[in-house]
Amino acid sequence: MSTDHSAHEGSSHGSVSSYVIGFILAVVLTVASFMIVMGHSMSPSGTLTAISVLAAVQVVVHLIFFLHMNTSSENKWNNNVFLFTLMFVAIFFVGTIFIMTNTAEHMMSR
Amino acid sequence: MAQDTTLNDAHAEHEHHELPTVFGFWVYLMTDCIIFGSLFAVFAVLHDQFNGGPTGKELFEISGLALETALLLISSITYGFGMIAAHKGQIKSVQMWLGLTFLLGLGFVFLEVREFAGMIAEGAGPDRSAFLSAFFTLVSTHGLHVSCGLVWIITLIVQLSGVSAISERMMNKLTMLSLFWHFLDIVWICVFTYVYLASMI
Repeated sequence: MSTDHSAHEGSSHGSVSSYVIGFILAVVLTVASFMIVMGHSMSPSGTLTAISVLAAVQVVVHLIFFLHMNTSSENKWNNNVFLFTLMFVAIFFVGTIFIMTNTAEHMMSR
Repeated sequence: MAQDTTLNDAHAEHEHHELPTVFGFWVYLMTDCIIFGSLFAVFAVLHDQFNGGPTGKELFEISGLALETALLLISSITYGFGMIAAHKGQIKSVQMWLGLTFLLGLGFVFLEVREFAGMIAEGAGPDRSAFLSAFFTLVSTHGLHVSCGLVWIITLIVQLSGVSAISERMMNKLTMLSLFWHFLDIVWICVFTYVYLASMI
């Protein structure tokens, strides 16, 4: 129990190595998205897709290594609230884009 | 509180980091996430409404953006090292890391304010076009959060001076500021990707 506990403590507060790993991953992902945009080697839509993927991965890296999110039962409520918020934001973000694009088309404002 | 202690006596030692204050703060962060989500939705709708004014490609400089991003990213790991020191009870070390985080955050806010002032001087203020209104609202809301974080960091550095041990209450404050600071870094990832880099493609 006590070893279990200390292992848990380490994962939930983070250690020097987990912060350093998270930091290195974050730097690599950030530099990659800057390089892709500055290189102009891909098509505009390809570039946007690439930096979107890199941003999504980096958000997950930050959530795991810096905000210490994990799937332990102790974090159940944090994760539930997080998932609810994610779903909520996704619905109104996509809904807003959909409605406003549709309105603009019908109003011929673009 | 007294009742709380008796009820959780068996678990108190093991689960001191699982206090309702930290969970409550997490819920606040999620509502903050909704604010940023709606501001991003506004920006997504208005990002090409230039009204004949300057576009993002003309306004944004990649070197300034890279420097701002670097400052925030480094401030994340310095805060992390501060938290590790706090768990070891090394108060002086916590104050040093927090001070470093403060300076990096201050540098970020300084660069952002300078960028905004430059844009406004060029006539590209928030009143120029819908794109710029959305840009200033979104980015300055993030900047305001960082500024509040700076006040919070200074407050905790002052509160830590003169104490001999880090109390559980203080540990909670540090944990919540940690969540807040790292959360702002996540928002910045979305800002530099979708607001700046996407405009420079």
